[in-house]
Amino acid sequence: MLTWIERLGREGLNFFERLGRANMFLLQLLIGMPGLLLRLRLLILQTYSVGVLSLLIIVVSGMFVGMVLGLQGYNTLVDFGAEESLGVAVALSLVRELGPVVSALLFAGRAGSALTAEIGLMKATEQLSGMEMMAVDPVRRVVVPRFVAGCLSMPLLAAMFSAIGVFGGYFVGVGLLGVDSGAFWSQMQAKVDLYEDILNGVIKSIVFGVVVTWIAVFEGYDAVPTAEGVSRATTRTVVHSALAVLGLDFVLTALMFGD
Amino acid sequence: MDRVRMIEIVVGLFVAGGLAALFVLAMKVSNLSTFTDEGGYELIARFDNVGGLKVRSPVSVSGVRVGRVAGIDYDSNTFEAVVTMKIGAQYDKFPDDTSAQIFTAGLLGEQYVALEPGGAEEILKNGDTISLTQSALVLEQIIGKFLFSKASEAAPASGETQP
Repeated sequence: MLTWIERLGREGLNFFERLGRANMFLLQLLIGMPGLLLRLRLLILQTYSVGVLSLLIIVVSGMFVGMVLGLQGYNTLVDFGAEESLGVAVALSLVRELGPVVSALLFAGRAGSALTAEIGLMKATEQLSGMEMMAVDPVRRVVVPRFVAGCLSMPLLAAMFSAIGVFGGYFVGVGLLGVDSGAFWSQMQAKVDLYEDILNGVIKSIVFGVVVTWIAVFEGYDAVPTAEGVSRATTRTVVHSALAVLGLDFVLTALMFGD
Repeated sequence: MDRVRMIEIVVGLFVAGGLAALFVLAMKVSNLSTFTDEGGYELIARFDNVGGLKVRSPVSVSGVRVGRVAGIDYDSNTFEAVVTMKIGAQYDKFPDDTSAQIFTAGLLGEQYVALEPGGAEEILKNGDTISLTQSALVLEQIIGKFLFSKASEAAPASGETQP
């Protein structure tokens, strides 16, 4: 019994220690950011591996999510004779929720895990210590470009997800199910607000991008430098990112649309 | 060197694609293209009851959308709802005796303000008040009235049958 309580206390202390370290690390990243302006080529290379390589999964998933929304929405709305509202249903659910959330989850799985594994493996093979030996700050040289690339890529990916999804819904609704094309777009334009819906969706995706990338680079940098430690860190990245995204989504939704 | 150039081009395309997607969302999906806030003028109408009318609800004439509801307030002196409407600048020839009604689009649709132009010579200007208004139909009130009239029809009839 006593050892159990002891373990609980140790786990709790470990948790807060990691949380504190993660925040110190974020501070370190923010301080290192201005230096990135001198090394824009690093940022471009990382944007390629974080953003461009995630493009395919984002575009394909966006297409299919939009098509499923079109199909499901049509089946529900046709009962009320309101299938003209299909455009509104598809666009609002994509722009407000599914675009930022699903693309953040995919982003965590595709890019976040890769970031953690890469940085963790660099640590395990002592490349990061090697850099320190050469008086190169590994946080500024390795971590900051990846962090900034992730933060920049995520909103762009989410916007593409939503836009492609709307066209997927259009394809199914108008192309296959015969909803009137004019009503689809005009109802959508009448109901979707630029600031209320689209801007809030973009804010969501920015927040998710920062959180997911932060978790990914921290887990990599903080990984136990063994094969097992890196594998655990990668798993933790995906799990923690997914939980953080879904939890934050509730909070942000309550703040933005909760009135 | 060539590979680096390729990567730079691809990243440039990626960023441009993301911005294009945002542009599509703004122009094609949202209401940015349907009207602009610039120009236009305001009209005020007082209603006894606005029902489910909301800010941003459409204002239409003969079924054509000419503006939107900019604000709904309650005047505690006259016990009326004050609806401010923003009308597009090109629709500036409403006669003085134009009337405003609140209708519902379809049975379950949203509510909107319908303007009906009259025949007066004078033209409504910015900030003018439309005096002829008809309130929203509240479904519960109509059902209540209907039931009440049914009951009052039935009461004398049953009174006659009982001797």
